[in-house]
Amino acid sequence: MTILLFGVTKDIVGSNSLSMPLSNTGQLNTVGALKAYLGKTYPRLKELSSLAVAVNNSYADDALPINHYDEIALIPPVSGG
Amino acid sequence: MKQGRYIRQTSLKEFGPQAQQKLQAARVLIVGLGGLGIPVAQYLNAMGVGTLGLVEQDTVALHNLQRQVLFTEKDVGRPKLEVALDFLREQNSGTELLGYDTFLNRQNALSILGGFDVIVDATDNFPTRYLINDACVILDTPFVYGALHNFEGQVSVFNYKGGPTYRCLFPAMPGPGEIPDCDTNGVLGVLPGIIGNLQALETVKIITGIGTPLAGQLLLYDALGQAVQKMRFPLVPENLGISQLQPDYGDTLCGTTAGVSIEALLELIGSQRNPWILDVREPEEFNEYHIPDSVNIPLKDLESLPQELQAGTYYVICATGKRSRAAVQWIREHMRHIVALNVEGGIEKYRALCP
Repeated sequence: MTILLFGVTKDIVGSNSLSMPLSNTGQLNTVGALKAYLGKTYPRLKELSSLAVAVNNSYADDALPINHYDEIALIPPVSGG
Repeated sequence: MKQGRYIRQTSLKEFGPQAQQKLQAARVLIVGLGGLGIPVAQYLNAMGVGTLGLVEQDTVALHNLQRQVLFTEKDVGRPKLEVALDFLREQNSGTELLGYDTFLNRQNALSILGGFDVIVDATDNFPTRYLINDACVILDTPFVYGALHNFEGQVSVFNYKGGPTYRCLFPAMPGPGEIPDCDTNGVLGVLPGIIGNLQALETVKIITGIGTPLAGQLLLYDALGQAVQKMRFPLVPENLGISQLQPDYGDTLCGTTAGVSIEALLELIGSQRNPWILDVREPEEFNEYHIPDSVNIPLKDLESLPQELQAGTYYVICATGKRSRAAVQWIREHMRHIVALNVEGGIEKYRALCP
């Protein structure tokens, strides 16, 4: 599973993307489960007031099922202008 | 309209004279004349949008010039609005230009936005973005969003014909300091030019009906990878139910930034614009050292600040920026006729730069 990172999530994780090994993605079967897992690994992600998650380029809520082949993106608001 | 002025676009068969007439009849408001607002204003004015409104109260600073390419070195210290109006008038004498020498706030938002067909959000802070969203929902007006972070940009069209809004994408406003802004993180000069041009393009599409506006889609632009992605997102219907503005949009509603840097303050002082500086430290600290011509009212004595204090913009400073932030918050809640800006870094940083 590939997770693309945007905005401040890139800064928090320290990379443009995350690649989740197949052994991990078995339990992470919804967007909510993935968010909880990432929040544990990167606590600052949990502190974001708003964080949109896209699955295969569509906005996804926590209940949406995901699988190993999905492309996920973490999209926080950005303010600069 | 002079014959032939717009022939290079009217000769596009999908555009034609009909689209040009729609541009001529359109009224567009640009909120913010920074890195995003400048290209939007220049292109919409060049292309023949009939009425352009501009909202800005900031002045040109030297560090603006690497990205705000309408301004020149001789404009440093001048009001951005005045410089932009001069340029746009010469660029296209056929445009009706309306300048609003203010930052957008919850008192003026509905009356200013109310007169326009399309709003361009070219601001640089969350409180104003959420304010524009809510005002546009109330007024049933579409708005074209653009924002930057490091080498990335976001573009979308919100509230277009009952479509999704900013709050459908990001329901809760980030707290102060949660997401770094361009002042903290920096911005590559050309990036706001790219994102601002995409906003100008979306504005033209909305007005003329050519193509498909980016409604219900967030465009993500990655400058380093030259990668463009689009994410679709749905309407959350209750977000269209906003009927009045929130009582408060946080403590950073000054329109451009949460505060001003010492460098910006020094430029203002150096440009002979005589900024009003309010120092909220204790008298002992003030007596030991202070910026010439600043006024001392300690934070705890702020309530004694006379209500007849002249309306205008005050630069509020303390030792490091904490007490001044609290003071700015208090003034914004209690003294609506005053624009208070927090000087970040405080006297400590000032002394480091001007020993």
